[in-house]
Amino acid sequence: MYMMMLPGLLYLLINNYIPMTGLFIAFKSTDYSKGIFHSDWAGFENFKYLFSTSDAWVITRNTILYNATFIILGTLLGVTVGILLSELSRKFLSRFYQTVLLLPQLMSIIIIAYIAYAFLSVDTGLINKSILPLFGIDPISWYMEASYWPFILTFIYLWKGLGYSCIIYLASILGIDKSLYESAEIDGAGKWRQIVSITLPMLKPTIITLVLMAIGTIFYADFGLFYQIPMNSGALYNTTNVIDTYVYRGLLQMNDIGMASAAGAYQSVVGFMLILLANFIVRKVDKDNALF
Amino acid sequence: MSKLINGRAVFQISINFILIMLALASILPFLLLVISSFTDEVTLTLRGYSFFPEKFSLDAYEYLFQQSTMLVRAYGITLLVTTVGTSVGLLLTSMLAYPLSRRDFSKRNVFSFIVFFTMLFNGGLVPSYLMWTGFFHIKNTIFALIVPNLLMNAFFVLLMKNYFSNNIPPELIEAAEMDGAGEYKVFFQIILPLSLPILATVGLMIGINYWNDWTNGLYYLTNPNLFSLQNLLNRILSNIQFLSTNTVSQKVTTELPSTSIRMAIAVVGMLPILVLYPFFQRYFVKGITIGSVKG
Repeated sequence: MYMMMLPGLLYLLINNYIPMTGLFIAFKSTDYSKGIFHSDWAGFENFKYLFSTSDAWVITRNTILYNATFIILGTLLGVTVGILLSELSRKFLSRFYQTVLLLPQLMSIIIIAYIAYAFLSVDTGLINKSILPLFGIDPISWYMEASYWPFILTFIYLWKGLGYSCIIYLASILGIDKSLYESAEIDGAGKWRQIVSITLPMLKPTIITLVLMAIGTIFYADFGLFYQIPMNSGALYNTTNVIDTYVYRGLLQMNDIGMASAAGAYQSVVGFMLILLANFIVRKVDKDNALF
Repeated sequence: MSKLINGRAVFQISINFILIMLALASILPFLLLVISSFTDEVTLTLRGYSFFPEKFSLDAYEYLFQQSTMLVRAYGITLLVTTVGTSVGLLLTSMLAYPLSRRDFSKRNVFSFIVFFTMLFNGGLVPSYLMWTGFFHIKNTIFALIVPNLLMNAFFVLLMKNYFSNNIPPELIEAAEMDGAGEYKVFFQIILPLSLPILATVGLMIGINYWNDWTNGLYYLTNPNLFSLQNLLNRILSNIQFLSTNTVSQKVTTELPSTSIRMAIAVVGMLPILVLYPFFQRYFVKGITIGSVKG
């Protein structure tokens, strides 16, 4: 038994557990000539520096606001489309729509960035070349104007994630006892009434659990979405920089290990506490759905 | 009565209408990508991306087939990484999941927690990066694309563990052990053949993760000879970004493929998923729904 588990456990040890211990790097003043272990301790200097810049506020605000928007709109859309799919009288149609809606989820974010560029490119994009002229609006430099990006990123997130979330809710709806609908029908309840009085209340535990779990990971952003879709454009950082992109740029583009590791440790620790908190609440609401 | 039937028909038509709109919204952007790859380069530059280009052309694909050793190489690397990563990953995942599913294994809860904890807490990019590059020296090796993060994750282990505990009767294992079969024999000859649905589901998800991954290449590769398809696409994309914000140097412009060629590379990159997807679709849907049920 132990022999069989060994390779997998070893992998978790190296890939997951050793980096956890690396949180101490955030408290070092890393000097490559001395190596990480022999660099001087810096105490909370890296954190002090991080929080003295406006960056800390911007990345925290962006990460949380984007994720909160994604959670609210994503749940609304997923539940709605899940209900629509469950109401289809022909099952093969439901399967067909699921297949199509899931497609964007399977493509790499890079392909999606190519598509976004085809729409948004300044001199050749579909929007600037074909759509805006119809309304007599001048071309917009999408990759230079930060104010549009909350809408663009939210739209792309919802577009990409719809298939996944509606399938989860559909599965949950299909698990509802059919006899409830039959007796409602006999009592003369219309479709709308059935959805409001049966489907939504029965979906409530699933919705609450998924939303709380999503809140637990609100401190982690989708790196690909925020790095690739805005094409790493500096003019957009104010509305596109999130903790994950900040850590990456700090580490590999600016070589500022102190800053990057402080931001990373901030994310790990606060993120961990949020997950524990979310799970604690799920346990209170509905013990069966708690993670642990 | 007929009013009721009419009402139902209207209801069905309207939900179908909404869903068709959403389905079109999911597909049309990909169609735009495909159409641009078949669009004449001059038309593309003058008129921009369009669903209805004035002039079609196969030049981009001709160029790709004749010229691009880089693309063929990247394609080969992606194939290699996906195959090796998926097989090794599937083996590691199932070999860890199986003991955790055995009710007669007294330490299973301890080990399950060790696996599960990695989903709650992680050290983040900086320590991982320093460990992989400083200690394991995987920078600019093929291992950089295979080993970090993608090989195995706790979620798949727990998914598989649940499948084993719910679908393999313990009596079956007992009977096999009575007949003198060892742990490995039971695992490889009885358990795995009985678990093909979950192996297919998890294998497919690992495979997609490898095929689509670009982050490992971004972190750990600077040598373009090792670039996977996604890394190649990524580099072209960052060059476009570079061009649009900096004064253009002659060198970069000549290195940058034309728009239709870029689109053709992207199409070639997503083609395998598009082609295989309809066949594997049910495993994906299954993967999502079992994943959402408590792990």
